[in-house]
Amino acid sequence: MNIRAQVSSVFHLDKCIGCHTCSIACKNIWTDRKGSEYMWWNNVETKPGTGYPTKWEDQQQYKGGWEKKGSDLQLKMGSKAASLGRIFHNPDLPTMDDYYEPFTFKYQDLTNAPAGNDQPTARPVSMISGKPMKIEAGPNWDDDLSGSNIYAANDPGVVQLSEEEQQQMFAIEKMVMFYLPRICNHCLNPACVAACPSGAIYKRGEDGIVLINQDKCRGWRMCVSACPYKKTYYGWTSGKSEKCILCYPRQEAGEAPGCFHSCVGRIRYLGVLLYDADRLAATAKLEDAELAAAQREMILDPFDPQVIEEAKKAGIATEVLDAAQKSPTYKFVKEWGIALPLHPEFRTLPMLFYVPPLLPVLSKETQGIHQLADGFFSSLEQARLPLKYLAGMFAGGNEEAVKEVYRKLIAVRIQRRKITVNDLADEEVAKAREIAGISAETIEAIFRMTSLTSIKQRIVIPPMLREQAVEAGMDPEAYKQEMGFGKRQPPKRRW
Amino acid sequence: MIDMILFGVFPYVAVALAVAVGIYRYCFDRYSYSSQSSQFLESRALFWGSVPWHYAILLVLLAHLLAFLFPSAWGALLGAPGRLYLLEVTGMALGVVSTISMLVLILRRVGNARVSAVTTTVDWILLVALLIQVATGVFIAITMRWGGFWYLHTVSPWLWSLVSFSPKIQYLASMPLVVKLHAVNAFFLVALFPFSRLVHVVSIPLAYISRPYQLVVWYRQRNQV
Ligand code: HEM
Ligand code: SF4
Ligand code: SF4
Repeated sequence: MNIRAQVSSVFHLDKCIGCHTCSIACKNIWTDRKGSEYMWWNNVETKPGTGYPTKWEDQQQYKGGWEKKGSDLQLKMGSKAASLGRIFHNPDLPTMDDYYEPFTFKYQDLTNAPAGNDQPTARPVSMISGKPMKIEAGPNWDDDLSGSNIYAANDPGVVQLSEEEQQQMFAIEKMVMFYLPRICNHCLNPACVAACPSGAIYKRGEDGIVLINQDKCRGWRMCVSACPYKKTYYGWTSGKSEKCILCYPRQEAGEAPGCFHSCVGRIRYLGVLLYDADRLAATAKLEDAELAAAQREMILDPFDPQVIEEAKKAGIATEVLDAAQKSPTYKFVKEWGIALPLHPEFRTLPMLFYVPPLLPVLSKETQGIHQLADGFFSSLEQARLPLKYLAGMFAGGNEEAVKEVYRKLIAVRIQRRKITVNDLADEEVAKAREIAGISAETIEAIFRMTSLTSIKQRIVIPPMLREQAVEAGMDPEAYKQEMGFGKRQPPKRRW
Repeated sequence: MIDMILFGVFPYVAVALAVAVGIYRYCFDRYSYSSQSSQFLESRALFWGSVPWHYAILLVLLAHLLAFLFPSAWGALLGAPGRLYLLEVTGMALGVVSTISMLVLILRRVGNARVSAVTTTVDWILLVALLIQVATGVFIAITMRWGGFWYLHTVSPWLWSLVSFSPKIQYLASMPLVVKLHAVNAFFLVALFPFSRLVHVVSIPLAYISRPYQLVVWYRQRNQV
C-alpha cells in the first residue's frame, strides 16, 4: 500500500442555481488581467448544452484524456515521441474561436459622439487586436438555452441518444436542464501532467493539487490538448499555460477556495480523501463502465486502523488524517455513494465528484389531482432526462451505477417528504429505503449534510503546515496578480 | 578594418552576448523562456509555416554543423558525384522550403490581426533576419556551386580560426558580398538569440521521452511527521 492524501471536492448539482458567482469570484482573484480574459478556471454550463469550450466533451475532436493501447494506457493525442514530432504545430490544439474572443465596447463613442439625429452606439471591439468585431460567442453563450437546436441538440452526450430519446427530451412540456459548474478536477492520473514535454506540470504530493510551474513551462501547449476537461488554458500574451490552482494559497491560510467560499447555492464540499496510489495504474485501465465504481473502490476508510497505520508510515500527518475523518467528500463519495466523477471514461481519475441532479419530481395527473407516480422507481427509466444521458456523463455509460445513486436520492426525498408534508404511507417510505439499500439514519445524515450544514462542515481543509508553505508571509493585497504563481514578477512577456 | 570588425570581432561579441545574456536570462528570468506559441490565436497558416520551417531549418543547420565539425569526413562524403548532387539538391530544396515557409510565417503575422497584436519589435527583427539568412543561403547554393565543397576550404577554416582565437579574416574577406552577408547575419542571429524567442531552441524537451508520465512533487520531507 502506498497511501496518499488528496484534497477532493463534491458539487451537489441539485443545489446549483446557475448564478455564476463562483466564476466571478475566481476571475476576480486570478484571471482579471490581459491574456487571461477568456479563461474561466471555474465555469458553469447549462446541460444539455455544448459547454465551454464548445463541445469540449467530444474527444474525437479534441483528443483529450487517455485511451487503452493494448495493455497500456496512452494519451489519446498520441505517444510521447509522436507528440514531440508535432511540437511545431499541435494539430489537436483548440484555438481561441473554440472558446470565444474576448471583447469590450468603445464606450467613449457614447460620450464623444457629435450631436446628431441618431442615437450613438458603442461598437464592440476585440480585446486582442482592438479592432471592431462581431460577437459570436461568450463564456456562457448557451446559458439556459437548453432545448435549443443549436446548443442542446449538439451536446455530445445528446448526440449519442436515439432519435426518439432526443425528441422526448426536447418536447416542450418535458424540457429540462441543469447547471454543471466545472473546475480542474485535480485528477489522480492527470493527462495534463503526462503531456507536458518540459515536465512543468506536477501533482503536489501532500494534497494532490495539480500545478503548472510557470518558470518551467515553455509554452509547448500540449497540456491544453491533453486535458479532456479543457481546464488548462494557454496564456496568449505570456506564452505560458495556466490552470485552476484550487486556491492553494488560500487553503494554506486555512481559507476555502474562492469559488467554494462564494458559492451561493452552497453546493460545494471540500475534504481529504485517502487513496492507495499503487492501485492507480490498474484502475485507470478498467472498462469504461467499471471506472466510476473502481474509483470509489480506491478510496480508503480513514477510520480503519490499518489504513491509519499505513498512512502514518507514508508520512501523512495526524492532522491530515483527522481532516480525512471529518471529510464531507468521503461521506458523499464512499460512505453514502451518491457522488460520481464527471466522465470517468476519460481515465484521468478526476477528484471532483458530482451528486447528479434529481430533477423535477415525476408526477401523474389523475382526475385533476397531482400525485407522485406509483412505481416511482420503474418510472426512473422514463425520467425527463434519459438515464442514458446521465450515465454518459457520470458513469462511463453504466446506467445501473447512476440508478443506484438515484434510488438513494429518491429515498431521501421520500423520507423527508413523509416527515415534512406527511402525505405518504410508512410502507412507501420503507419500500423506497429498501430498494435503495439505505437506512433511515443515513438518510437523515445525507439530508443534514445537504441542507443544514455550516461552512466548517462543508469545507474541511487539511492543515497545510503553513509555516513550511511556499510564499508564507506575503501579503496577498500588496502582491495582487503576482502571487500564487511562485512569482513576484507580473505574468507578462518581457523579452 | 571593417572586415576585421565584421569577421574578426563581431563573432566573438555575438557569442559572448549569447552566452552571457542567455545565462543571465536563464538564471534571473527563467519565466521568459518560452516558444511564445501563437497557435492558439491562429492555427491553419501556422501549420503551413511552422512545420516545414522547423524541419527544413533543423536539417540545414545540422548539415552546416557537421561540415564544420568533421570537415574531412564531410569532404569524403561529397567525394562521389552522385552523393554530391544528392546532398546539394536536397540542401537547395530544404533552403527553398525554409524560405517559402518563413515568408508564410511573416505574412501570417502581417495579415492576421490577432497574431500581429502579440508580435513585438524583436519578433519582427528576428523573422526578417531569418528570412535574409535563408534567402541568401538559397541564392549562394544556386549561384555558387558547389557550396558543400568550397565551404570546407573557406568558411570552415575561418570558423576554426575563430575557435582557436587567431581569426584569419582573409578567408572571408575575399568572398563575394552575399557570402559575407550570410556569415555576418548568422552571427547577428547568434547575438539576437538571447534577446528573442529564439531561446526556445535550447529548451528542446528530449528528456520527455524517457520520463514517467506522472510527476509528483513533495513540499515537506516525507516520513518525518
Ligand atoms: C528542436 C528545436 C525546436 C523546437 C522544439 C521548436 C519549437 C517551436 C515552437 C513550439 C514554436 C511555436 C510555434 C507556435 O506558434 O505554436 C516555435 C516557433 C518558432 N521557432 Fe522554433 N523550435 C525549434 C528550433 C528552432 C530553430 C532552430 C529556429 C531558427 C533558427 C526556430 C525558429 C522559430 C521561429 C522564428 C518561431 C516563430 C514562428 C512564428 O510564430 O512566427 N526554431 N518553435
Ligand atoms: S482536470 Fe485537466 S488540468 Fe485538471 S488535473 Fe485533470 S487533466 Fe489536469
Ligand atoms: S456559485 Fe454555486 S450556485 Fe452559483 S453557479 Fe456557482 S456553483 Fe452554482
